[in-house]
Parts: sequence; structure tokens; C-alpha cells
Amino acid sequence: MSDLVNVAININGKVYKKEIEPRLLLSDFIRYHAGLTGTHVGCEHGVCGTCTILMDGQPVRSCLTFAVQAEGHEVQTVESLGTPEKLHPIQEAFREKHAAQCGFCTPGILMTLSAYLRDHKNPSEEDLREAIDGNLCRCTGYENIVEAAKLAAKNMAAERG
Amino acid sequence: MKPASFEYFAPTTLEEALERIGEVGNDGGKILAGGQSLIPAMNFRLAQPAALVDLNRVEELFYIKTDPKGDLLIGAMTRDTTVEFNPEVKKVAPMVDECLPFLAHAQIRNRGTFGGAVCHGDPAGQVPVVAVAQNFDLLIKSKANGERWVKAEDFYLAMYTNVVEPDEILVQIKIPKLAAHAGSSYKQTARQAGASALVGVATVVELDEKEQCKDVRLAYMGVSEMPVLSQKVPEVMKGQKLTEALIAEAVEACVSDELDPGQDMHATPAFRRHLARELGKAALSEAFARAKK
Amino acid sequence: MAQKYLGQRIKRLEDPRLLTGRGQYIGDINLPNTLHAAFLRSDYPHAKLNSIDTSAAKEMEGVIAVYTWEDLGELWHPGPVLVPAPHSIPGTVANSRTQIPIVKDKIHHQGEVVAMVVAENRYIAEDAIAAIYVDSDPLPAVENIEDALKPDAPLVHEELGTNLATHVKQERGNFEEAKAKADYCISQRIIMDRGSAGAMENRGVVATWDEYAGQLTIYCNTQSPSGLRNSMAAWFKIPEQKVRVIVPFVGGAFGPKVMTNQPEEVLCCFATLQLKQPVKWLEDRAENFIGTTAERMQIHDCEIAFNKDGKVLGFKDVFLYDTGAFNPYTATIPLNTQTHTTGTYDIPNFYTEFKSVFTNKMIVSPVRAAGRSYGVFVMERMLDLAARKLNMDLTKIRDVNMIPADAKFPLESGIIAQDFAQFVLDSGNYPAVLKKAKEMIDYDRWIKEEQPKLRAQGKKVGIGLVMFTENTGVGPYEGARVTVGSSGKVYASCIFGTQGQGHFTVFAQIVADQVGCNVEDVVIETGDTDRFYWGAGTFASRGATVAGNAYHLAGKAVRAKILSTASKLFNVPEEELEISNGEVRVADIPGKSIKLGDLAVKANPMRGTIKPGTEPGLEATAYYAPPYGATSNGACAAIIEVDPVSYNLKFHKFIFVDDCGTVINPMILDGQLHGGVQMGIGNSYFEQLVYDENAQLMNGSFIDYLIPRVTDMPHKIEIGHLNTPSPLNPLGIKGVGESGTIPIPPLYAQAIENALEIPGLFIDEMPIHPSWLYERIETLKK
Repeated sequence: MSDLVNVAININGKVYKKEIEPRLLLSDFIRYHAGLTGTHVGCEHGVCGTCTILMDGQPVRSCLTFAVQAEGHEVQTVESLGTPEKLHPIQEAFREKHAAQCGFCTPGILMTLSAYLRDHKNPSEEDLREAIDGNLCRCTGYENIVEAAKLAAKNMAAERG
Repeated sequence: MKPASFEYFAPTTLEEALERIGEVGNDGGKILAGGQSLIPAMNFRLAQPAALVDLNRVEELFYIKTDPKGDLLIGAMTRDTTVEFNPEVKKVAPMVDECLPFLAHAQIRNRGTFGGAVCHGDPAGQVPVVAVAQNFDLLIKSKANGERWVKAEDFYLAMYTNVVEPDEILVQIKIPKLAAHAGSSYKQTARQAGASALVGVATVVELDEKEQCKDVRLAYMGVSEMPVLSQKVPEVMKGQKLTEALIAEAVEACVSDELDPGQDMHATPAFRRHLARELGKAALSEAFARAKK
Repeated sequence: MAQKYLGQRIKRLEDPRLLTGRGQYIGDINLPNTLHAAFLRSDYPHAKLNSIDTSAAKEMEGVIAVYTWEDLGELWHPGPVLVPAPHSIPGTVANSRTQIPIVKDKIHHQGEVVAMVVAENRYIAEDAIAAIYVDSDPLPAVENIEDALKPDAPLVHEELGTNLATHVKQERGNFEEAKAKADYCISQRIIMDRGSAGAMENRGVVATWDEYAGQLTIYCNTQSPSGLRNSMAAWFKIPEQKVRVIVPFVGGAFGPKVMTNQPEEVLCCFATLQLKQPVKWLEDRAENFIGTTAERMQIHDCEIAFNKDGKVLGFKDVFLYDTGAFNPYTATIPLNTQTHTTGTYDIPNFYTEFKSVFTNKMIVSPVRAAGRSYGVFVMERMLDLAARKLNMDLTKIRDVNMIPADAKFPLESGIIAQDFAQFVLDSGNYPAVLKKAKEMIDYDRWIKEEQPKLRAQGKKVGIGLVMFTENTGVGPYEGARVTVGSSGKVYASCIFGTQGQGHFTVFAQIVADQVGCNVEDVVIETGDTDRFYWGAGTFASRGATVAGNAYHLAGKAVRAKILSTASKLFNVPEEELEISNGEVRVADIPGKSIKLGDLAVKANPMRGTIKPGTEPGLEATAYYAPPYGATSNGACAAIIEVDPVSYNLKFHKFIFVDDCGTVINPMILDGQLHGGVQMGIGNSYFEQLVYDENAQLMNGSFIDYLIPRVTDMPHKIEIGHLNTPSPLNPLGIKGVGESGTIPIPPLYAQAIENALEIPGLFIDEMPIHPSWLYERIETLKK
């Protein structure tokens, strides 16, 4: 076993100070050391997208990053979006359009979309489909997710005015 | 699927990184670039490096600039996404701009690095075949031996194996700008978005004043362990007026004589030859059309 | 009484939690002092185990225990048969072999558990796994199901002397006579393979033994909490009342999570009993590919006997089925195949026979569609062949053979189904389904006017239209208890687990309609065996039908209590009472009303006397047992373009018609169809578990096992509904969870053939992919 390292990792604006092995995956740090279980793990080889979080505002696979590498960067997880009492507009749109069934892949897709809709004000349906082609879903067939993304884009644009 | 233990180094300067890899490279130490190919292999425990020298904090390796000649200089750690959306890249190396959207998915490209893509040498990789077709110049450094330049066509040795020594680091990719009357094209096909390509082709066609073919480089991927740079295509096409028929002849000569695609669960050799044929013709036609502009 | 919620697009009650990442899944269960398990799994598909050396693993820092078969002692034995053989079918031959918890002397399939490590964390546990040395001698493996039945084949279970697992023959009428009379008879071999359920969440167990309470609590994302409770209670000889199974949110299941007595469940329970600390195991994706059940290949040899007018007189189907190394599910899948072959076609003579075969691969157990899709595939393909022979339109031959709308339901099939009852078509208007499908895809006009235009542009575009049935809602039963709480919230408990189908909403709709409260005041509790004891589980599209009706009956009984209690309270006859918005009021007398919660308190006096026989509170438990499964049916059609270079496909249009009787929530229903179609698309052009001749899995990761992405789906699945309520249950519901998946393979085959217009091209295999298509076409050219 290698030497432990001390890290201070900023997740959703809070800094988590822990002593960890360099091999600890960021997905495991988020889930166990920070106790944020909204980020799920589906494959641990970077293909399913379930574990997608934002690092410095960009969607990345937390299963393909070592936690030590996240120090000095800003990590955002699904917990940063909304709460059951006050859903984020994208989450609201997901509810409206029945875009989640088992909910397991959902956080990864929400994080992907949160970055994409932040950067693209008027995406076409094709753009949105391409934006989430890195996220697998086994329950919804994706159609309602795309509808929800369209609705979210529309609502967020309206909000911005 | 958790990785095995390793010693971890996170240098902040290139000098320090070269020092480190000099120490551990010959004892099972590896460079950690984007990690999008290495970490999955480690999670499967197919790769178990004894040490990792993480280059993600070596800021001096993240850049895209143009040199006075107009060639593009890309720091090896530059993220694929950064390269993908850079306007200079689009001008100097449109094939790179064309091929990157096919590389896995956006989330992978946000961490993956351009140098990493070159070095990994995925047999179905977009960047290696483009590198060979546009003959990127690769700058490799080590503490022990200083620096050396290697052309992309000389870079790949075997599956996932290249000329970079265990104690060396690829630090820069120089993309020579295309000649005045040159056009390029990248084409590939895969079974679904982001999946490994079945076959891909990258080509650069240069025309003379009479719009005849002055030079052509065409490379295939997905058909072998490494990109295959065709000798036949230039043999057939150089000095000739380009027609659809000549292009077809050139591609056929390559596909029949130079390609020996293997069989896997996704494609038979015959199907890969078919794809190589069709994609090759399409790419050459497009490169030709672009060269004329 | 006006129903408010049935049929409404109520937004899901569970969404606020799930959408904000606050759903608790098995991976999120973190009890104090939890230890983490990892399993050493066999690389060899078939081998003799000589010895296991765990000494180095045991020495490692952070490793708490390493177990092999020797540690289990008497607890080592094969698991029970989960579904018995259909012995009611005369002539049935059944050899039963069930999975073992951990390898003892022989390895039966790649992925079988050889050793278990329990450590402080999963990383260390995997380090220890790597330090275990296994000495085994590989044996020749059984991979191909035809070769497996040859006399010289290696045997998965030597003592059986054969690789034959089950052999079942069923017939109605007499096929040979029909064949003799028919104008034509065509024979064809058809092969269909499938793959992994591929739920985004893998399996997991947290088992914890409380020595003081003598209680074993098992958190597991199982589809069958009662099955797991009963089996672990039996295995470890703990009374069932002291075993509690709690199912958290489940990240998709689709079948494999209904298997119980899985090695990891047994071993985690064993470990916690030994170590007296919670033991947690989370399956990773690599394990899932080799250690979780899947569906695999069937090889069908079919004959269709038909007349010049297209009428099919008889159908014969003899098939082989790969059951894997063990068959705890015995014949569920192939029985589903047999019962779903003739579907909604009136074919008087039908002979169907299968042999299921042991191979050195992971167990096959139902995956969404559960054997139905094979039967549908062969029937639709053979009809297409017959139509081809007669130069008849493909929808016409279906029309000619369709059971008419005025048929005298229920229609007995003479074929025994997976619930061992005769398969009976309870209701349906099949011609209307075909008609609607043709209308929605604009079938006749598109073929006549649009297709020629597209072809003139050089496009390879084709149309397909196929039909299917789905037998659902099988027994034995489910139960539910509805309780009005003092707060006015209505608690409705059922053992029936949920994996994303919207149960928290659809069941709430059913209960709210009966009880008279608002739907958001219904709290559905599922998957906790202490909250509700009895039931079978979530599988075979039986949720809405069986659990839904149990909730309905319990809600109805509570409604009766509400009325009787309020009637006494207000001293008015029940007919003068109304219940709505969670309140009971006397009609036309404002002020004479009481909230349900308050009424519940009144119905439960803590002092004084109550009439003997009165049940306190406003609570009722009810059970629903269907006499046999209700059958939904439908059709789907698509216009598909084939890229002439890559042979990748593009959808121009996709429609799906479904008749699942009464619809509880159309939004959730459509979602089920979308998801089902995605799996069907996977089964047609993307997914397949590929083994080499030594039964080694070649694509055990998402890199080479391709799951359809958003860009592989049609932009829109246009859905049409018909509604012939089932007479079998009070709500008239038929299941639909697997419908989307069932008909897609024959749809692809038909549409691709139509697109390519290559004489002689007949797609007799599924799944296929671009290279397969290319090779088949090249072969035809030669």
C-alpha cells in the first residue's frame, strides 16, 4: 500500500479534508468521504456516464479521475442543483416530462445538461441529443430526457430574458 | 473494479516531471496524462503501474500557439476539448477538428489530452491516424538525453507501443501547416456514437498549379495494430490528374495490397475492406475538392 | 363515485427525491462498522478445482476474513429450485441443477465464485483477491447448444450423463395432418440470441446480523424481497420472522435481480453471521457481465403449413435453448416462448417442442421479454416467408390469420404457460390493433407514393410492421395493506419492489381513488418484508395488474370502513356521505365533515369499549390472485433507412400500438414503452454476449457490449393506445412492462429486407449488425 496523502477537495463549495490513498477514485471520494451519494457508479470504465460530475464547470467522469487530482479544482455534483423542495429548472423539466424512471443515470445526465444549457442558449434537438450521447440510460429510451432538455432550455432562456 | 496501489507524484514543472519519470520510468512507472485510457485499464487491473507521474499540474504543457512559420504547436497536456474548439486548429489542421468529435464523448474529451491520444495509439483512434496522415512532428524529452523530434510516421511500433522510452515524455505536438493547395479529409464509421471506430481514414492531398496531384498522404486506422500509411496511393496518384476513377484505382490498390484487416466481433476482414474502400474514396474526393478551393 | 386519478398523467411522487440525488440505493446504505466484500471469480468456464491458497490474502493488512467452500461446512449446498418443471405437461423430462454458493470441486462457468474476501474497504478486498492462488485444471467446455447434445460432448454435470436440462412438448390440434392438407409448407431455421439486462445499477447486498436481537437484516436491490427472505431464512435456519429484507431504490432490474439464492446473497449472510458486522458487497460492471444472469440463444427449426389464400393451417416449432450451467428457473423462458408463438393468430394446429441445454456459461434467467420475443420473432418471420411465397402483402397475411374482433373470449390455447395454467387470451381486438398501426405509419400510401420517391433518390428505405402479444399479470397473488394515518397521510404497503416503473405514483393513484384522499397524500411503501410480509415479487409485468388490484381492493375495503365509521359518527346513512380531498362530509350539510386523519383517530379509541369484531382504525389488507395471466397485445411499425456504406440504420418514423386494457397513468405507460423499445433495439442491432468456442465471454464490458444511446433511437416513438379492459381483474388492467422489447427484432428484419430489396435476403438471425448484413449480402451475390 502506498503512502496516504492529505487532500482538501472542494465539492459544491464545501472543502472536504481527508487523508486518502492516491488510488482512491474521485467517485468513491464523493460518495464515501464527502457522503454525497447522489453521484452514482455504473461501470468504472468511463462508458456509461452515470458518475458524471462537473470539474471546473466541465462534465467529466468521476470514475476516471483520482481524488487527489481534484484538489485545487471545483467539483460540482447533483446536490448542487436543487432540493426536493426547490428543484432546479432542469430537474423541474425532468419531472414535467417524466424523464427519470429508476433515477440511477439521472444525476450524470443532469450534470451534463447543466453545463451544456449554461453554455448553449438555443440548442436544437440534434444538439441536445449529441450533448447526452455520452450518457447511457436503460429505462427511459431517452425520448423524454430530450423533451425535458428542450423544455429546460426554453424555460431557462425565458428566465434569463 | 478498483485500481492497484501505486506511488504517486504530482510535479508542477516539466523539469520536475522529467526528473521523476527518469527515476521511476524504468521500474514500472508511467505518465498519467488525461487518464481516460489509463485509468479504465487500471480499474480493470489490466494495467498496474508501480508509480504514476501525474502531469496534470504541469501548466507549461497546456498551450496552443502558432509559430512564425504558421505551424501549430500544441502542448501535450492540452485537453482534447480545448483542441476541438480552437479556431487556429480548425485553420491549420482541419482534420483534427473533423476527427475529435468522434473521440469517445465530450466528457472524456474534457479530461483526455491531445498528447495522450497520440501516445496511447489506440488502433481505432482518431488522433494517431490524423497524426500520421498530416505527419505531425513530435517533441520528446528526457532528463538523461535532452530532446528529440520524431515524425508521426515513425512514431508507432506495434499495438499500443511507440518510440517514447520509459523515462521520456512527449511534450509537444507540432502540426505542420498544410501547403497552399492542399486539402484534407477525415472519415470514419462506428456502430454508434463514441464507440470504437470500425475503420477510419485521414488524407492530405496537395495539388500543383495544374491541379494535378503533387503529393498525397493517406492513412487508415482500424485495419491494423497501428495506423497504416499507404505507399500505393501516392504511387498511383502522384503526378496525375485526379478523377473519380483514378481515386478508386488508388484506393483499390491500397485496400487489396496493403491492408490485412483482422476479424473481431464487430467486423469481418471483408467488411473492413469494404469500409476502407468507400471511406477512402470519399475522403480523397473531399480532400481533392478542398485542395482546389 | 367519481374516479379522479385513474388514467391521469400524474407527475411522479418519487421524482423530487430521485431527481435531486436523494434516492437511496444499495450503494448508499452505509451502516456503522461495515466491512466490504469482494469475490474471486473463475476465469475458466469449466475446470476441476484442485486447491485454493488463501494464506497470502489472509495476511494482508486490512483483510478481515477469506472464505472458501470449506468454511461453509454444512451450509454448502446447491440452492433450491426457484420455479419447478412443468410436470403437468405429459412427457416432460426435467433434470434440475441449481447454483452452488461457492465452488467446491468443479467450476461450472466463467464468473462462478471461488473465494470471498471481507476487508476494511473494497480496494483492499480486491488486492486480496489478487493474492489468492487457485490451482485448477481446465476441462473442455460446452459452448454450442447443438454440440452439447452430441454423444461425445463434454458434460457440465457428469453425473447426469447428458447436457439435456429440460425437454417439453406441447401441441394443440395436429400439425402433421394440417401439413398434409396444406398447399404449401416452408421450413426454416431461425436463431435468436440476446444478452445482458444491463441495468445501470449493478447488484448489491448489505447483510447485517444483530446478535442481540437474533435478527438478520438484508438490504438488497432484489426484485423479490419475500423470496430472498424465505430463502435466507431457510438456508441459515433462522425463523422467517427474524429475517428482514429491505429493498432500497433500485437502479433498474429487468429480470436478473429476481433470482434469489444468488451466491453473493448467501455468502454475505454467511459472512455477517460469522463476523457479526455488516458485510457489504457491490457488484461492479465486470462482475455483472459474468456473474449476473442473462438471456441467451435459442435455435428454432420451424415449419409453416399454409394455403394459397394465406391461411396458416399449422405451425411447428422445435427449438433448443441455452440455459447455462444451472437451471433454477427451469422452463419459464421457453414456456413463454411456446405461449407467445401463435400470438393473436388463429392457428388451429400448433406443435411446439423444446430442449433446454446446459452449457458452461452463466445461468439464463428472464430478462425483459423473458422468452416471449423468441416466439414472436419466429412467428413473424415465418409469416413473412409465407407471404413472400404467395407474393402477398405482409400485413395482409397477418390480417387473414388474425383472431377476429368478435371471437368468443376467453380463448383457450391448449398450451401451458409459465404459471402452469393454460394460456388463455382473455380479451382483445386484434384486427383493430393492426388497422391502427397501419394508419399510424400510413402504410399503404407510404409504400405506394413515398417509398418510390425515396428509392429514386438512391435511398435504401424500407417499412416493417409486426404484431405481438404479452402475457402478463400472472399469479400467484399479491397483497396490500392500506392504513389512514392520524396525519391524514394514507400509508399503502405492499411487498412488491419497485425499480423505476413509477409504483410510488401509479399505486398511489389507485389508492387515492378508492380512499378519497389526494394522490400526494398517499405514501406507498414497498420492498420491506417487515412492513408487509406476503407476496411474490416484481417480474413478468405483473405490477400494475396484480399489485395494483390488491391495492385497489384494500383501498376499497378502507373506503367501506370510512363510510361506515363516518356514518355512525354523523348518524346519517352511508349514501349521504361523500369523500374527497381527504375529507368525509355529509352531502349538502357544510360543517358536518371530518378529515380522514381525524376519523382514523376516532376509529381507534385507546380507552373504553368497542363492539366485538370491530377492527380498529381505518385499515384493511386485501389480496388479489388472478385466475391466469391477462394478455396485452400490440403492433409496431417503422420506416428505416440503411446506409449503403456503413450499414448503420436511421429511423424515419416509428410507431407503437398497445392495448394493455385500463391505463393507470399514460405518461408512465409511454415511458415503459420507450424503455422497452430501447432494449428491443439493443436486441436487434447492438447487444449480444459473444462467447468463444471455450465459452469464454469476449465482450465483458461496455466497450464491446453496446447499449443503445440516444442517437440510436428514433427521434419519436409515436404511441397509439387501444383499450380492451381485461375481464380478469376489477381494474381491467393488463401488463405492459415488457411490451416495448418484444416485437423489435422481427420489425428490424422486415424493414431492413424491404429497404435493401435484395432477392433472397432473409434475415433469419438476431441480433445482427452492419458486418453481418454485409456478409449475408455478399454471400447472396455469389
